[in-house]
Amino acid sequence: MTPTLSISFRPALLVVAVMLAGTPSFAQVDLTGIWRNFNHEDWMERGGGSDPVDYLGIPLNDDGRARALSYNYSLLAQPEHQCGLNTPFYGFLDPFGNNIWTEFDPVTGRIIAYKIGAWLDKDIVTIWMDGRQHPSKDSFHSYAGFTTGEWQGDTLTTYTTHMKDGFLRRNAVSSSDQATMTMHITRHGDLLTMTALVEDPVYLAEPYVLSHSWRLDPTLNMPAVPTPCEPIAELPRMDKPGVVPHYLPGQNPFVNELTQMYNLPLVAVLGGPETRYPEFRQKLKDYVPPPICVRYCCGPNADGLNCIVDGSGKRQP
Amino acid sequence: MTDQRSRRPTPWLRAATAAAALFACTAARAQSQTPAAATPKASAPVDLTGYWVSVISQDWRWRMVTPAKGDYASIPITAAAKKVADAWDPARDEAAGAECKAYGAPAIMRTPTRLRISWQDQTTLKVETDNGKQTRLFHFGAWKHEPAVASLQGDSVAQWHPARAARGQSVPNHGSLQVTTKNLLPGYLRKNGVPYSENVMVTEYWDLYTEKSGDQWLVITSTVDDPLYLQVPWLTALQFRREPDGSKWTPEPCSAR
Repeated sequence: MTPTLSISFRPALLVVAVMLAGTPSFAQVDLTGIWRNFNHEDWMERGGGSDPVDYLGIPLNDDGRARALSYNYSLLAQPEHQCGLNTPFYGFLDPFGNNIWTEFDPVTGRIIAYKIGAWLDKDIVTIWMDGRQHPSKDSFHSYAGFTTGEWQGDTLTTYTTHMKDGFLRRNAVSSSDQATMTMHITRHGDLLTMTALVEDPVYLAEPYVLSHSWRLDPTLNMPAVPTPCEPIAELPRMDKPGVVPHYLPGQNPFVNELTQMYNLPLVAVLGGPETRYPEFRQKLKDYVPPPICVRYCCGPNADGLNCIVDGSGKRQP
Repeated sequence: MTDQRSRRPTPWLRAATAAAALFACTAARAQSQTPAAATPKASAPVDLTGYWVSVISQDWRWRMVTPAKGDYASIPITAAAKKVADAWDPARDEAAGAECKAYGAPAIMRTPTRLRISWQDQTTLKVETDNGKQTRLFHFGAWKHEPAVASLQGDSVAQWHPARAARGQSVPNHGSLQVTTKNLLPGYLRKNGVPYSENVMVTEYWDLYTEKSGDQWLVITSTVDDPLYLQVPWLTALQFRREPDGSKWTPEPCSAR
């Protein structure tokens, strides 16, 4: 005889099952919403963009430095590069906010992924939460890469692989397609802090670590998908076959720019892991500040300050 | 005659009883896992003690060196703050013995420094910096400074936020530290004289992350609120890496330049 459950106990099991199903997943915190970027750090990087050869604080190895020095901004004018997107790390460099939402399993109702929205130059980042494995190392690399996540206490820790090469700084200091990124996402009330650790065996001597915070702002209008892009011929010379804008070794004309403007020694300007630790100041003993700020002196909240907000040297009322 | 059916629990009553019993067990288990009256030191969800080094990835040109006079990039200063900062004179600060004005609680964690964190007692966490030789004391519980005298590092009240989990259980070895600091002497947010006033308030969240490599990172999310000198609260995040020992600890005095 097949054992059967008493009809009178079925509602009890139903109630218990519903209550258990309604219990949040392990240490789950709501990360969804629209998060405003106040740009209170690295304003110049996020606004006008960093100077062409400013590698301060980036743990580059020799190959990473050589790659960065070879970069010519005209490369972006080539039709095949115009509509390229940035990797997820770019979210730590740009001035925009974050739009985060969830994808649910239609059957179980459980969260299977978090999505971090796109912008005009970055793709949607999907953080898979369903335990799936990363693809094999030879699988396709995309701009967004492949990301998985797991909760560690109240922090969502993510791991990204399979990215194309991308920017570590907006002046084209680059990570390779072998780079991986670990990210810790923690919410404190209406603040969201993300910390990224980029490891790259090709271009970095140590992991590059960057933290940034955003504030919840439901009034902010943030897109969720990348803006459509259509490449056009911007510069006639870029249409010629074989043209690849670049600087040969030793020929980057901007190498000494930061030294001339800010009195910083080249050993600092060209980056490297040692440049980001306190003891590096021993190599800055001869540093003397410029007498007065003449560019990018105020911002992002500069209205009414009568201050220089860009590279023009002119004061803005 | 008694109606026997009225004495038998209905299926829905059984359901409610079962659910209540389940939650009672869960709550009791959660409660039994929380030691009663544990001190802040004993109940710390994470161990912040030890040596840490700041890793200057953000704002390098404004943190590793003293920027030019008039360089206020990234800080949402008011016109009143700009007026004060435009008059910055390090020689005057040196003459007044005020070389430490850029080493107060709203600014010290952004300087290139090492931290030495230890428990001063069961309810006080001590954070020392080698840069500027400063000491911050984080007081847990109902601590109150009597009498309240403004100081460079102010009065800091701290609170643990253990990580939450389902059904009220705490998650072992995960959680954050919240620190609120007030009662500060006026000082500088940046070494080139960007000011904060005596009404400034600093709110920090300290989070600890452990990588698969074993590396540990301390990330501090900070908001500096000063209606006189800041248009909006200054929101930043910065990181420190744990060091194995104090072999690189190098105390050095404040510098006004």
